[in-house]
Amino acid sequence: MTLLQVQGVSLSFAGSKVLQGVNFAVAEGAIASLIGPNGAGKTSLFNCITGFYKPQAGSIRLAGTETLRMKPHQVTRSGIARTFQNVRLFREMSVTENVMSGLHCRTSAGIIESILRLPGQQREETMIRDFAEECLTFVGITEGWDRDATTLPYGWQRRVEIARALATKPKLLLLDEPAAGLTSSEKEDLIGLIGRIRDQRGISVLLIEHDTGLVMRVSERISVLDHGVMIAEGAPKEIQANPKVIEAYLGVEDGEASLGL
Amino acid sequence: MPDTPIRPSAWGGLTTILDTPLKRQVAIAVILMAMIVAPLLFGQYATVILTNALLYVVLALGLNIVVGYAGLLDLGFAAFFAVGAYTVGIATLNFGLNFWLALPLAVFFAIIAGIIIGTPTLRLRSDYLAIVTLGFGEIVRLAARNLRETGGASGLSGIESPWLFGWHISTPLDFYYVFCVLAIIAVVVSVRLANSRLGRAWLYVRHDEDAAEAMGIDRVKVKLAAYVVGAVYGAIGGAFFAANLGAISPNSFSFQQSVLILMAVILGGMGKIPGVILGAFIVILAPELLRDFGDLRLFIFAVGLLLIMLFRPSGIWPAKSRTGARR
Amino acid sequence: MGFIDIFSQQLVNGIVLGSFYALVALGYTMVFGVVKLLNFAHGDLYMVGGFAGFLILSFLSPFIGPGWFGVAVSMVFAMIAVGILGVVIERVAYAPMLSAPRLSILITALAVSLVLQNGMLTITKGQYVPFGSALGFGGVNLGSLFISYNQMILVGVSIALMAGLEIFVSRTQYGRAMRAVSVDKDMSRLLGINVNRVIAGTFFLGTGLAAAAGTMAGAYYGSLWYFMGFLIGLKAFTAAVIGGIGSIPGAMLGGLILGLLESFGTQLPGVGSEWKDVFSFSVLILVLVFKPTGLLGKPEQERM
Repeated sequence: MTLLQVQGVSLSFAGSKVLQGVNFAVAEGAIASLIGPNGAGKTSLFNCITGFYKPQAGSIRLAGTETLRMKPHQVTRSGIARTFQNVRLFREMSVTENVMSGLHCRTSAGIIESILRLPGQQREETMIRDFAEECLTFVGITEGWDRDATTLPYGWQRRVEIARALATKPKLLLLDEPAAGLTSSEKEDLIGLIGRIRDQRGISVLLIEHDTGLVMRVSERISVLDHGVMIAEGAPKEIQANPKVIEAYLGVEDGEASLGL
Repeated sequence: MPDTPIRPSAWGGLTTILDTPLKRQVAIAVILMAMIVAPLLFGQYATVILTNALLYVVLALGLNIVVGYAGLLDLGFAAFFAVGAYTVGIATLNFGLNFWLALPLAVFFAIIAGIIIGTPTLRLRSDYLAIVTLGFGEIVRLAARNLRETGGASGLSGIESPWLFGWHISTPLDFYYVFCVLAIIAVVVSVRLANSRLGRAWLYVRHDEDAAEAMGIDRVKVKLAAYVVGAVYGAIGGAFFAANLGAISPNSFSFQQSVLILMAVILGGMGKIPGVILGAFIVILAPELLRDFGDLRLFIFAVGLLLIMLFRPSGIWPAKSRTGARR
Repeated sequence: MGFIDIFSQQLVNGIVLGSFYALVALGYTMVFGVVKLLNFAHGDLYMVGGFAGFLILSFLSPFIGPGWFGVAVSMVFAMIAVGILGVVIERVAYAPMLSAPRLSILITALAVSLVLQNGMLTITKGQYVPFGSALGFGGVNLGSLFISYNQMILVGVSIALMAGLEIFVSRTQYGRAMRAVSVDKDMSRLLGINVNRVIAGTFFLGTGLAAAAGTMAGAYYGSLWYFMGFLIGLKAFTAAVIGGIGSIPGAMLGGLILGLLESFGTQLPGVGSEWKDVFSFSVLILVLVFKPTGLLGKPEQERM
């Protein structure tokens, strides 16, 4: 069954076409990747899916519900979580507090409940903290929860960001270059983590990634975007053999090397 | 109390000194004792000044929720102070309501005013918001000045002081203790909000609006909540201010008033409750100490504000130590 | 007076008022364009400009007289002096803050405004200060409509200053550098533009125009006050936003529109002169809410 359905999405900024009629789908329970040369429009597509950009045309549906006209927070509430290309944790707040932000849209305590510390609000607070800590444990961070999140080592920050996204209880998780800046052993952990997110939590994963070796190993379906146009879609093997893909990469840089052929 | 983590940022360096519950309880007891005996030690003049300082604690804690927690620059906070004061004035003088019925009315009008001005403007850029709130503050002051119902430039007088269960709150000492209670409530509410889902959301939105949105937080709604809570603080402060003085005039709600409250928030340290309390006391007590300086004291405050922003933007109150544990 | 007379009299008043607003709005918009900073102190620099003009005139009037010529000479010196003050403020207070959180920059700008305001309050003890100019009372009668020479000179000087600025920005290399910096600071740096110098120049020009307006206002209305920059600062900001903040022609247009709105607005039934400022602030809020990009502004860039 299709979880995310992107149809005919076109986006332009000040006359320059960033996305041109992009069609694209992620099946429920899939691990899919979106690749393409720099400036192909991958992050722009992410921003459209998450509601940060408003495409001029097209339709984006999550499990049948149109999300195109939603604000970013509504998209998240409807079940799409994301991480950012350049990690964006909340400064001057602890690791746990960062992850607790994800629970905001799944909880409801308001001003009065918080001032009076009503039992329901207290229970909710405990639940928020517990779930945040569970998410941290899940991504493999079991210590340093009280530290200012932005003082953690870079690789840890990336994982805190994933934990924070998981805390929103999404159906679909979008990872924007999750392997950027990681060491090779951290990349191994990431591959394992992406698998566990899908297998243990039942969350579908869509990632943008430049490390094509990692992409080939982790994803079941790969879509290739070039100059705002979707040029190929298929299993890793098919993508590796697709002449259009090779050409797209060759046009920009040393295509064979970057495709890991 | 169940597990109630205290965010260090709300307390600044206090958490490193008062690191056990016992120490904290002792500190609270000492502060309460000091509040009770202070007027007996310092005499009536000082009591009036301290009452004013406590009023500013309430107002500054309210503005701190808007500026310090949610990061919105509000340059028209005195407008809510005015809404509270004039509601009580008009309701008691013209409609014969007693103070305790006028008080919820004041809160109600502040909430309405907060929603009306906040809903369309809180999605604006932060500098536009500052200007809009400034304009709103001036509109409220000018309206109070020009309308017949608000008594024009001379304002309202003869507002009766309230009764509470047979106690006529009338002497300066009475009002001192009333404002003590108000300030304590203001602190408790601020702490509880800071440690709530909403309090965290304010910080998320303040630090990174986009990341907060991506976490499913409606930034406009969250900012509106901060703005409205701040408005309620202002209105309650204004209501008791009117009851205390018995007379109000538009001059009490000028741009300078908004600036003074903002200075209290920033000088002590935005977002840190003890810092804001310290700031309120500085703003009220310093002019008493600088009495001989006349007009120069406002200039000294302004220079102080500039120096704080340039050299110690986190305010006078010490920040938590970087390595400090959470609670 | 008939309807036509009231109309044309208000038209003249509106244009005079509008040229003050436009001159001050220009500084707001230029500084905003180049450093994306809302310079709260701008209105107070207008006030300081008035006082600077007054000081210079009181030194020079024995030699050049207190008439328009004396005022004009004083105005030029005041523009230079206050322009330098603007640059100093930028260097001391704003430059170190440009990478700080937005809230901190705004509060710093507010602090600068308060320092100027209260500094002048201390010096003048809160009193109105007579400007000491002696301008004629002559004018031209067009039917029942009277336009004073002072009004004509004032509008004329404003137009000349604005035209000069427009030529400077569109024709000179420095002006082109200013526009480049306002579009993309990093790219300008790569192209070899000395960004700091352009920022300093922008502050100098913007503040200088405010000082010119301050001096003329002092001469025209006859007195100065430490708080005179507050209201005009707010209104000039309104004008800049109406026209589209960052746009130089927009600031001129916005100033004119706001001046006319005010002078006609106060003629509306129920809007007496005591409601004039309420009217302007309401216009400000409505414009910010419904058309924050203004008439000639470019749409805000998408978020992220």
